[in-house]
Formats: sequence, C-alpha cells, structure tokens
Amino acid sequence: MADTAIKKLTVNGREVTFSDERNLLEVIRKAGIDIPTFCYHSELSIYGACRLCLVDVEGKGVMASCSTKPAAGMVIQTDTKEIRNMRKINLELLLANHNRECPTCTRSASCALQAIAHRLGVETVRFKAPRKEEPIDDSSPSLVRDPNKCVLCGDCVRVCSEIQGIGAIDFAFRGSSAKIAPAFDASLGQVECVNCGQCAAVCPTGALTPKQDSSKVWEALYDRSKTVVVQVAPAVRVALGEYFGAKPGENVAGKLVAALKLMGFKHVYDTSFTADMTIFEEANELLERIQGGGELPMFTSCCPAWVKYVEIYFPELLPNVSSCRSPQAMFGSVAKKVLPEQFGCRREDLVVVSIMPCTAKKFEAQLPKFSVDGKPEVDIVITTSEVQRMINSLGIQLQELEPEAFDMPMGFATGGGVIFGASGGVMEAALRYVAEKLDNKPLKKVDFKQVRGMEHLKEATLEIAGNEIRVAVVHGLANTKKLLQDIKAGKVKYHFVEVMACPGGCISGGGQPWGATDRIRIQRQQGLYNTDKAHQVQKPQDNWLVQRCYEEHIGGKPGSHEAHHLLHTEYQNRSQIFDAKLPIMRGVESNRLPITVTICANQENCPGQLLLGMLSSYVKDKKYTPWVDMDAAFSSRPAQDGTICVTVGDQIVERTHFHNAMNTLEQLQNQAAFKKITDAIDKGLAQIR
Amino acid sequence: MKESVEKTKAMVQHLAAVNAILEKNGHDPGRLIPILQETQEVYKYLPRDVISYLATSLDVPVAHVYGVATFYAHFSLEPKGKHIIRICDGTACHVKKSTAIQQHIYQRLGLNDEKRTTDDLLFTLEMVSCLGACGLAPVVVIDEEVHGQVTPAMVDTILDQIIAAEKTAKGEE
Amino acid sequence: MTSIPAKTPDLEQMAAHYQRQAAQLKRRVIICGGTGCIANGALKVRDAVCAEMEKAGQKAVVDLLEHEDHSGETYFSKSGCQGFCQVGPIMRIEPEGIFYCHVKPEDAAEIVNVTLKTGEIIDRLVYVDPVSKKPQRHEDEITFYTRQNRVVLKNCLIEPDNIEEYIYKEGYQAARKALTEMSAEQICQTIIDAGLRGRGGGGFPTGLKWKFTLASKGDKKYVICNADEGDPGAFMDRSVMEGNPHAVLEGMLIAGKAVGADEGVVYVRTEYPLAVQRMRGAIEAAEKHGLLGDNLFQSGFNFHIRVVEGAGAFVCGEETALIASIEGKRGMPSPKPPFPAERGLYGKPTVINSVETLASIPYIIREGVEVFRSVGTEKSPGTKTFALTGHVANTGLIEVPFGATLREIVYNIGGGVTDNAGHVTGEDFKAVQIGGPSGGCLTPDLLDLPLDFDSLKNAGAMVGSGGLVVMNKQTCMVSIARFFMQFTQNESCGKCVPCREGTKQMLALLDDIINGRADENTLELLEQTAKAVQLGSLCGLGKTAPNPVLSTLRNFREEYEAHVYRKICPTGECKALARPEIDAALCKGCTACARKCPVGAITGKVKEVHVIDADKCIKCGACKAACRFNAITGI
Ligand SMILES: Cc1cc2nc3c(=O)[nH]c(=O)nc-3n(C[C@H](O)[C@H](O)[C@H](O)COP(=O)(O)O)c2cc1C
Ligand code: SF4
Ligand code: SF4
Ligand code: SF4
Ligand code: SF4
Ligand code: SF4
Ligand code: SF4
Ligand code: SF4
Ligand code: SF4
Ligand code: FES
Ligand code: FES
Ligand code: FES
Repeated sequence: MADTAIKKLTVNGREVTFSDERNLLEVIRKAGIDIPTFCYHSELSIYGACRLCLVDVEGKGVMASCSTKPAAGMVIQTDTKEIRNMRKINLELLLANHNRECPTCTRSASCALQAIAHRLGVETVRFKAPRKEEPIDDSSPSLVRDPNKCVLCGDCVRVCSEIQGIGAIDFAFRGSSAKIAPAFDASLGQVECVNCGQCAAVCPTGALTPKQDSSKVWEALYDRSKTVVVQVAPAVRVALGEYFGAKPGENVAGKLVAALKLMGFKHVYDTSFTADMTIFEEANELLERIQGGGELPMFTSCCPAWVKYVEIYFPELLPNVSSCRSPQAMFGSVAKKVLPEQFGCRREDLVVVSIMPCTAKKFEAQLPKFSVDGKPEVDIVITTSEVQRMINSLGIQLQELEPEAFDMPMGFATGGGVIFGASGGVMEAALRYVAEKLDNKPLKKVDFKQVRGMEHLKEATLEIAGNEIRVAVVHGLANTKKLLQDIKAGKVKYHFVEVMACPGGCISGGGQPWGATDRIRIQRQQGLYNTDKAHQVQKPQDNWLVQRCYEEHIGGKPGSHEAHHLLHTEYQNRSQIFDAKLPIMRGVESNRLPITVTICANQENCPGQLLLGMLSSYVKDKKYTPWVDMDAAFSSRPAQDGTICVTVGDQIVERTHFHNAMNTLEQLQNQAAFKKITDAIDKGLAQIR
Repeated sequence: MKESVEKTKAMVQHLAAVNAILEKNGHDPGRLIPILQETQEVYKYLPRDVISYLATSLDVPVAHVYGVATFYAHFSLEPKGKHIIRICDGTACHVKKSTAIQQHIYQRLGLNDEKRTTDDLLFTLEMVSCLGACGLAPVVVIDEEVHGQVTPAMVDTILDQIIAAEKTAKGEE
Repeated sequence: MTSIPAKTPDLEQMAAHYQRQAAQLKRRVIICGGTGCIANGALKVRDAVCAEMEKAGQKAVVDLLEHEDHSGETYFSKSGCQGFCQVGPIMRIEPEGIFYCHVKPEDAAEIVNVTLKTGEIIDRLVYVDPVSKKPQRHEDEITFYTRQNRVVLKNCLIEPDNIEEYIYKEGYQAARKALTEMSAEQICQTIIDAGLRGRGGGGFPTGLKWKFTLASKGDKKYVICNADEGDPGAFMDRSVMEGNPHAVLEGMLIAGKAVGADEGVVYVRTEYPLAVQRMRGAIEAAEKHGLLGDNLFQSGFNFHIRVVEGAGAFVCGEETALIASIEGKRGMPSPKPPFPAERGLYGKPTVINSVETLASIPYIIREGVEVFRSVGTEKSPGTKTFALTGHVANTGLIEVPFGATLREIVYNIGGGVTDNAGHVTGEDFKAVQIGGPSGGCLTPDLLDLPLDFDSLKNAGAMVGSGGLVVMNKQTCMVSIARFFMQFTQNESCGKCVPCREGTKQMLALLDDIINGRADENTLELLEQTAKAVQLGSLCGLGKTAPNPVLSTLRNFREEYEAHVYRKICPTGECKALARPEIDAALCKGCTACARKCPVGAITGKVKEVHVIDADKCIKCGACKAACRFNAITGI
C-alpha cells in the first residue's frame, strides 16, 4: 500500500514536504531544484550510473538521490564544494570521451550533455587520453547510432527491454570498452529492433537519433519537375508547437500547413483522412470476423513497430492482425492512384512526403510490399523533429503565421481520425463506427472514455444491440507481450485489441520532441481529444469525402476488391534465427538466390531435414545449383510440432505445416506446401537468370 | 540429397550438445552463466550461431547473451589456441617481474597485446590476475598445469616440449 | 532441489569411527595438497613415496574411507595449503612433527628408508631460517609458524576429503548446537557479542548484518558465501576452501539458521578449480551424512548448498554484482540501498559473507564469545589471515591476531625484507601495500602500528581482502600505483561514469608521469580526479580504486615530483625516464657491459672507463645487470 501521509525533510535549509515519492530526486525536483541527471527516467527502473544526482545527506554522507528513499527528517544539501567538483569532473570525463561536434549534431538543441556541461560551467576539458573512434551505424531506416556520443546511461537499453520487452540493444564488453550494441555488434538494421525509436526518445545525447531525411525533401522541393505533396499525421500537430514555445497539446496544425506551403509543398493533406478510411476498412473487417467466425481477437495494424513485433515474436498470431494498411500507407497508395490524374502529372513525378511522429514509419515506407514497380508509395518520411528543423532553417516564425486549412479532399478528417494519435484513439474511432453499424441508428454519445488515458491496459465490454463486444487497448510492447501471452493461454478473451508500441500512442513516438514525460503525454493526448470535440464531424463514417473517394476510386465501398488491393496488405514471418545457420550449398554465379530452411534442432527426426534434402535434390535436378545458396537455419523455439519456415529470396514462404515428425518422403512430396516452395524457387530463379 | 541430410544431421548433433546443456539446466535463463561455461567447454569458445541458438532457446534477447559473454573474461568469442598459457600478473607476481615473462613469451611466439593467439592456433597467451599461488610468484599456468617461480628459461623448456610433442604427433598422422 | 531424506547424523559415532581407524595407523605423513604444492609436484612426491613403501614391503594408505582395517599402515593424507607454498612441496611426518620442504620424488627412497623407518631426520630436507641460517627441523620451531596464531587455518592440516576427521575435530558440533539449542535471535546475538567483523573487506559487524536479514520479511532467503577472492595477490579464501571446506559449510548452515534461509550459494572464482572440487566434494559428503538437506538434526530446519563458478570478473566480489552474476546477468553493481539484506538474490533477503567470516563462525559458536574475544583488539577481536607476498623472505599465508604490528609480520614471520636479488639486507624496507587494489601503502614510520580495521582506515589503507605486499627500496611507487590503477581500470564494470572514465584517465595521467610527459598540472588533475572518483563512484571498486594513488601521493610525493619535474625515476624502474650513465670513479673497464649491450651503445677500451651513447641507448638495462662493479647508474 502506498504511504501517502505527508512528511517533511530539509533541502538546502528549506523544509520540503513529501508523501509517496519514490526517491529523493523526485522530492528535490518538486522543491524546485533541478538536479542534473542522465540516467533517471521516472518510467524506467533505477540505474544509478551517471552519478550526477549525488547529494549530501547529513549523517549518511554523499548518496545518489535517484536511488535513495526519502525519509522524514533528512537534512539534504544538493550542492557542496565536493559535489560540485565531482559533477564538473564527471562532465569533463564524459566530454573527454565524446565526439564533440555540437554545431553539426542533430541533437544540438536538446542535448542534455551539452546543457548540463553548460549549466555546471565546464569550460575546459583537461583530459587527454585518446578516444576510440567507433563507426556510426546508419543501417536502420529509422535510426542512427553514433557510439562516439554515447554516455552509457543505459536509458535506451532499459526502454527497449522494460517498455518494449525487446532488448535489441544491450551493454557489451566492460570497463572502458563497455558500449551499447546490438548482438555481435551487428548493425541495428539487422537485428530484431522494431524501429519504434523509443530509445532515441530517451537518449540524452546525439548517440541515438531518428534518421534525418529532410535533405531528400529539400531535393524534391527544389526539383521543378516534381509535384510534392505532404501528409501530416495526427500526433504531430499537438507536439510540434513545443519547439516554438507552445504548451504541449496545443494544436498547431493550421500554422504547420502555412509553414509547409511556405516551403513549397504543393498540397498539404491530413493523414487523419486515411485514418478515417482505415476505420471504414478495419471496422468492416472486424464485423466480418465477428459475424463470419473469423480469427479473433482482431488486432489493429496501424503501428508498424507493433506489426514488426508480431512478425518476429508471435508469427502464429499474424492471422489475427487486421490486414489493413496503416493510415500512412493507405495515404500513399491512394495518393499515388488519385493525385496524378487530378494534378495532371505523371505518377513518377508525384512525390509523397509524410510528416510523422514516428521512426517506424520510415521503416514501413521502404518495405518492398509498399512499392509499385520499385517506387515507394510514400517517398520520404520525416519526423516532427525534422520538420521543426526545416521550419527553422527557412527562418519561419511558426507562431507568427496565420493558420491555413488542409487541402481537399484528402485534408478533410473527422475527430475520430484525429484521435488516432493517442492510445485508445483507433479503438474509440472504430467503436463509433461499429456501434452505429450494429445498432442501426445514429450514435449519440460518441465518447468512449473507458479506452482513454495512460493506463497500460484498458479494457471495456460494450453492449451494443444485444451484442457483447469486448475490447482491449494496450501500449508499450512489454505490456503487449503480457497481454498476448494471456490471450494465447486463453486467460482473457476479446474481440478487438488496439496495440500501439509507444507509451501513450503516437503522441510520444520516437520522432516527437525530445523529453516526453507522462505529464506531457497526457497533455498531448488531451490536445487531440480537444481537437476531436471541436470538429464538426466526429464519426469517421460521416466523412463524406472518404465516401466519395470510395465511390470514385476504390471500388465503391469498403472491402471491395480495389480496396483490398490498395488498402490491405500481407505479413511476413520473421521468426528465424539467422545466426545459427549451416551452409548446405553455395552457388558460383554472382547473382544468387538465397534459400533458407528453418528446422528444429530439438528433434532427432525433424521433417525439416527431409525437406531440406528434397529441396536440395530439386535444385540439383533442375540444374539450379550455380545460382542458389542454401542454408539450414536452426530454430529451437520450444514448439512441439517443429514448424518449418522456408525463405526464398526475401520472400517468406508461408510456414509449412509438416507437423508430424514421422512423415515419410512421399507424404511430404505430396503436400501442397512443397509445391508452393518449389514454385517460389522457380519464380526466383526465372528472375535471376 | 543424402549429403545435405547428412550435413544437417551433423549440425543437429552438433547442436545436440547444446540441447543437452540446456536440458540439464532446465532452460533456465537464470543459469545463463553455467550454460555458457558448459557450452564453452564443448566448443572451446562461443561460436556466434551457438550463442544465437542459446538465446532463442532461453527466450532472452541475443544482445543480452552477447552482453554477458563479453562481460566476463572467461568467455571467448574467438577460437583459441590449442594450448593456453596463462601468465599471472597479480600483485605478488607483478612485483616478482611477471611482465618480463610476458615479454619473453611475446617475443618467442610473435604475440603482442592485441594478438594473443599464434597464427597456427597452437598457443593463446592470457594475462590473469592471481591464480591463488602467489607464494610461488611468478606463476604461469600452461594447459591447467601450474608452474611456480618461473623464469624465461623454464618457459622455453616447456614450450619446446609442447612444440616437439606436437611435431611428433603430426608426423605420426 | 532434491529433497534429502532426514537422517540424524551421529557426530560422536562418526568421530569414534575416525578415531578407531586413526589409532590403528602406524604413522601419518601429511603432504600438502594445496594448489601451490601440487603445482610443485606434491602429488608426484606422494606417489613416489608410496611406491617406495611398497617396494620396501610396507603398507601405505591414502584414503581412510577405502577400507576398514588400517593396522600397521602408514597414512599419507593430504592437507590444504599450509601457507608456506614458497618452500613447497611440504611434507610433515607425524608423530614427530618433522617438517620437510622442497621435497622431490627423488627423495622418496631416502624418506622411506631413513625417516619413516628410524625417525631420523634428513638434514637436506629441513627448513633453514633465512635470517638465523639455522635449520628448523620441526614445525613447532619454524618462526614462520610459531609467530602466527592460527585459528581459522588451524584445521588446514586435516584431510579435507574426509568428513569424519573434521567431525573428529569437533566439526559440526556448532551446527548441531545452533540448530537444536539456539534460536535465530540467540545466534545473531552471540555473533554480535563476539564482535566478529566481516573479513571480506569492509569490516561490517557480521551479527548485525544477520540481524537485519533475519528481520527482513521474505518467503525465501539466501546465504551467499563470497569466495570470489579477486584481490590479485591474496589467496586466503582459496586455502580455507581447499583445506577446510566443511568449516565454510558449517558456517553457512549456522548463518542460514540465524537469518531464516534454507538455501546457500558458494560463489567461487573459476580460477580456483581445486577449491571448487573440494567444496563440491564436501557438500556431497555432508549431504550423504545428513549434515545438509532437510530436517537437519530433526530440528525441522532445511538447508541446501550449491556451488556457482564465477566467470572472470573481479567486480563480482561486490555484493550486488555477485548477485547479478548468480542470476545470469552482467556483473554490474546496483545502487545500495536496497541492501541485499532487504532485496538480494532473486529479490529475496540475502546475507553475503566472505569465506573467512563464515569459517570463523563454528569456532565462535563452539568455543564461546569469551574465547573468541581473548585474542585481537577490543574493536577488532579475533584473528585475521593475510597473504604476505612481495619482497620478503618468507612469503605465504599467515594468520595473526588483530593488533599485531607490521614489524612483527614483516620481520618475524616474514623473515625480513629482501632486495631484488632475494637477500635479506636489513635496510631495504620501503612500504607495504595492504588491502590490494582498494588499499593503501604503509610507510616505515607505521611499522609499529597495531593492525586492525580502524587503525588501518585512519592510516588511509584498509584491511581489505588481506593482501599484504612488501616492497623494497628498488620499487618505484609510481609504478606500483600505476599497476593497481591498471588493474582497477581493467576490472571496472563500466557502469558508472567516475569509475569507467576516471580510472581510464587516471591511468593515462600515471602513464604520462612514468613516460616523462607530465607537466605542472598533471599531479593536481590526478588528485582532483582521484577525489571525484572516490566520491562519485557507484560501488566499492570505484570508490576505493583511487586509494593506491592517493596514498602514494601522500606518502611518496617527492617520488612523483622527481618523475614530473626532474624527469627521473629515483629507483630506475621507469624505463622511459632512465638515463644510464657510467660512473667513471667505479668503472674498471672490464668491457662486460659493452659486450652485453644489444645496440652497441657502449664504447671504451679494456681497462679504461667506458661511456654510453645516450642517443643509441634503448634503456634495456642489460649493462647494469652485467656490471659487477655497480658502475652503471640512472637505470
Ligand atoms: C570490487 C569489490 C570486490 C570485492 N571482492 C570481494 C571478495 O573477493 N571476497 C569477499 O569476501 N568480499 C569481497 N568484497 C566485499 C564484499 O562486497 C562484501 O562486503 C563481503 O563479501 C561481505 O562479507 P563479510 O561481511 O564477511 O566481509 C568486494 C567488494 C568490492 C567492492
Ligand atoms: S551529443 Fe550533445 S554534446 Fe555531443 S555533439 Fe551532440 S550536441 Fe554536442
Ligand atoms: S559565439 Fe563566437 S565563437 Fe562561439 S560559435 Fe558564435 S561565432 Fe563562434
Ligand atoms: S527502436 Fe525500439 S526496438 Fe529498436 S532498439 Fe530502439 S527501443 Fe529497441
Ligand atoms: S545511446 Fe543514448 S540512451 Fe543509450 S546509453 Fe548511450 S547515451 Fe544513453
Ligand atoms: S505508436 Fe505510433 S509513433 Fe509509435 S511506433 Fe507505433 S505508429 Fe509509430
Ligand atoms: S564503481 Fe566501477 S565497478 Fe563499480 S559500478 Fe561503477 S563502474 Fe562499475
Ligand atoms: S641500457 Fe641497454 S641499450 Fe642502453 S647502454 Fe645499457 S645495454 Fe646498451
Ligand atoms: S661493466 Fe661496469 S666496470 Fe665493466 S666496463 Fe662496463 S661499466 Fe665499467
Ligand atoms: S540519476 Fe542518479 S545516478 Fe544517474
Ligand atoms: S599474484 Fe600471481 S598467483 Fe597470486
Ligand atoms: S600449497 Fe602447500 S603450502 Fe601452500
């Protein structure tokens, strides 16, 4: 039970009250003294590594305030000569081991290292021991890792494991060789990172930053032959203003539109438009699944970090994920289909830019499945922080601008499409749609407050026209993992589950202004809900421009064939362990088709061994050998049935169901799955040769 | 086809050793260190594929296992030489000039601070701090055998013996 | 954990069994079976002697438990490290108490045919005191031992693999008493009254620690025996585990009862394979005899112990890092509070004690508080083991009461300070580094300081793990400080900024000094950094890492200044600062140096004064070693 009685202690001679604060640091900060820290985040476990938060506790000596419980009667000095010297030397030590290039550093404006060094008056760096220069890792489409700017505070590691339950990066080596790295020092783009960018959102320095793509945008804008349009995601508008002195949650959409026009964007659209469209598709899909006995629960699919997460860790749940594309991707496909005609330009001259709160969207946009003829449907994704720098680089005074409206038709959105940016928003928008559909009469009360707020897991059971609909909303992938395990174990049952990777949803995505706390998150969420209230239309289904778009371009109605083509997608199983590989054959040509068969090493008679043999015979029989690299990849995920997964090129041929280890060769050969694989090989080879 | 089945069988058997270790330790991620120790005993180092395989089996991130394996001095991610020479550079041995022994072996085997394994993978030289035989300082351990009050000449004799033994073993093959 | 069926061990019966067997023996020969002596061939000696026995038609036995009837047999038992590895392999022959050292397999026949037959002593094999140069034939004559007060190490002469002998020596009686006659509170109170302070470094009162752990609520608690012994140059814990493993187990058992734990973990560094083996063997034997397991002595108390091997990280001696390591994580310390007593292994209340602390427990419970307190000082009662190494005639493991002076240790037990050639000259003492990489150095003026936890702390050093390195006048203190700095910077876990970055920079600054690159700011920056690291570091490693630097800076500042301002190393150890010169007054022109110089830097005619070409010289020191007339200086 939390102790909430009011107690007192003394900070720098002043009496301060406290109750259930979890440590001295919080008490002291509440008292108005901002002790510098690198390694403390209220949402993360206490780590105690930066040693900046040291204070003197009378009778006990110097202690780290982040890891000391407040006690009544404590007498605390936050600053003594020794502590001050220690902090300064501490900073000097860090800077000595730091690639100091502030003027050109992405994080210059919000760098905690720079700010604290400045605050403490560190003016020289007297240490000279040479720094080891480490290569910069920019393999990920979402993030750049610069180990030369890392202060090893471990914030990223804890976010990735505690909040996201992933652990894609961790500490490696020790002592002065210690560093943050993915397994085997591989690059971030090659490991199980889901691109959420939460690590960059807590990194106090420029060691982990969203990838900067704005120069590509300038390129496009300067290119006279291109028509450049831009979509703005809902969450951007309630955070961008923070850079320009606005309060968190203040909606600056109108000013942003004006600024983007000043930059030269031809048309400025609102991603909330396709968010509304998502509801048309997704709510329909849900109703179909409920009424037609499809796989339940259904999961939302608008967060690419979450989608990648299921693909890696819970591939067996992929059939439960809505096949709808994210609003960004829907916007891309619709824009590329509709706008060239409208503008009278060639499809390849239309450049679609996204402004997103999200680093995972950069990853999503470059997925081959969202390209047509090798050209991505969304050409460039930039984040809130990048658009801020673009605004500044042009010298635009955002707050001075007169707000302007989004362009039509794809700039028109309902309140339901806007709240997508907050955890629970997609669910609420969908419920507005589903409730009305099931009830068959106009929905009066559009607010579903049960699914709002910052709780880790929000659940609701709704009675709609005699139907009971059970829903859940979860954010943070560690929370999600728990929920998925419960769902798999049959402990809980839902019809519909919304998942957002970032805490509180996109409002605190990896591309948002740095330094979000729960207080700021709630303000940003509130900003979206206020916008929703202010909208003349709140229910997505009432977006007549979306309806018209369906009529004119997308087969007339949700779920149509054309809608499936433009607005839906398929998923990949990414669950293999690629490091445990055994080369089976190596081709000699320069252009080769990689084939991998995952087999289970726990079973003596894994049918994968037979399958592998069959595939290698097949390749030899067909005389494909010079063009094929074949590997056995080992899996030991404790699946009793030893599932086999085959990749041909970069395509993952569906998990094949050779469940019975006693399968004979004939049985295997007769299975359709084998045919499916050989077909894929034939196709792959045809392309290569 | 036969060939690849055989190859895979071999790999499965190869990983069977890991499976047995995992089994013995109850697939308990809390026993990661003994698991790595036992694995290293089998492979003499920790191959990358084996680490990935272990991590997945234990349901912990590969980066975590990598982090643990690189933290402890005893784990090696590189193949080591057949014979391991460990020179003690603990306090007692240091004041009795263990660095001179180190320099001697460096010269003799063509090694240095970065390069610790000979090209023929015959020797790996490690510096350790205290083997608990300080009374015999300086101490060198070669293949588990402890040698006390070591001099460069002693080292030469032992190395000569090993090299000669390796040569005859090779010649007999 | 397998449940071991309750079986009431009858200690008296086991002791009687041992006594019956021992009484039948003709003789007992104790061969040291510690790591050091085994390295020197002790087991080969034993086998050779046994073979000779057989040749001579005499019966030899190495394992009493092998068969029942031992009449007329000579028992070749092994012991744990007897602390004097330097003169190993060591052989003691009972009942005369003959002490042989440096025994070789070649001596076997003579030992069998002379000493074992007639009791006559072979003079070649006896120990000769390095100071008096007199032979000391019996163990009770050897100053190295007579000046000690061996309590914890006393039982190190028993056969560690025979649990019955330990029981015969009153082993497990304290455990029985604690389990059947004492309450947890009473045990804690007894240890508090005894004033036992942790031997692992900090000197925290053990009884209090137990009391806190007892008071912590938890459905499960643990006892951890810290046997990581990472201090380079200390091997007390290894010796205790190898020689007297059951004392450690018994101590853990009592600790378990005192704090309410039912599981114990021994965390041993993996560099100690023999200790691991002996501990595992002892656990097995104790389980077999119902001394570990469930419902021990029918008291309803359960206790199980397992051994966990470390994987090579000094920092894992720190409590929270040790716990992380047992849990399969990187051994990175975490902030305290919470202390392990509240939240330790797997989040449960845990008490962590060092090997030596735990091995002292049975003695206190068995003999009582008064007996324990009868030696040592008021605030630091009892005895302490030290690993005496460095430039001292007798190096080895010693045990002395707290309050003994350095002079006693260095000159009486240690037999005096040696020069680099190993001779005791009587005037070579420069300093003692005590407490390993966390400790500090003591200078000649502190030779009469009574050593205990508090006096050492006041002197800017610490008991630490008990490493005690004697250094002679040819030792450069800056180099020694650098050596420890190198160690701590290698072993820093890298978690917190002051330690990770600070030790690295301090090492770089010391390198600057040693290599002549230092300037007038170096010493100040070094000192400031040292203080910041001391104040700011997260765990004991970083907090104490600057101690060797600060203490040498305090005691040997002029030596630092010579390096920094005059660019010379007074001891000539720092090669980069060396300026070898030939003293014309001393040079006899013998040409030895010129012949040895690898680069031909020395010129001169026979019988004429030689000169060194400073430009050519690579400062290798070969000339100095070659010169029989001490004519070469500055290196
Ligand atoms: C870096 C570091 C290394 C340590 N190494 C050891 C060690 O090897 N053995 C040990 O008993 N204590 C070691 N300690 C002290 C332990 O953390 C702990 O205080 C001790 O085990 C408590 O036991 P005691 O109360 O019996 O002394 C170390 C402490 C630090 C900070
Ligand atoms: S991370 Fe901070 S201190 Fe480092 S270069 Fe960037 S702005 Fe400067
Ligand atoms: S203030 Fe002067 S020195 Fe500093 S950045 Fe500006 S121009 Fe350069
Ligand atoms: S982007 Fe997300 S998943 Fe990737 S490392 Fe950062 S926190 Fe982990
Ligand atoms: S990358 Fe950033 S968050 Fe991660 S440890 Fe380094 S400085 Fe901290
Ligand atoms: S929650 Fe939003 S911002 Fe975060 S990864 Fe998902 S889509 Fe991107
Ligand atoms: S003081 Fe050193 S060893 Fe201890 S936590 Fe900090 S970095 Fe690690
Ligand atoms: S120190 Fe070495 S190089 Fe210099 S003179 Fe002497 S022998 Fe020659
Ligand atoms: S060895 Fe000594 S005495 Fe002989 S020539 Fe050299 S300096 Fe002179
Ligand atoms: S905030 Fe307390 S140590 Fe970093
Ligand atoms: S210091 Fe070398 S063995 Fe202990
Ligand atoms: S090992 Fe024999 S005396 Fe130390």
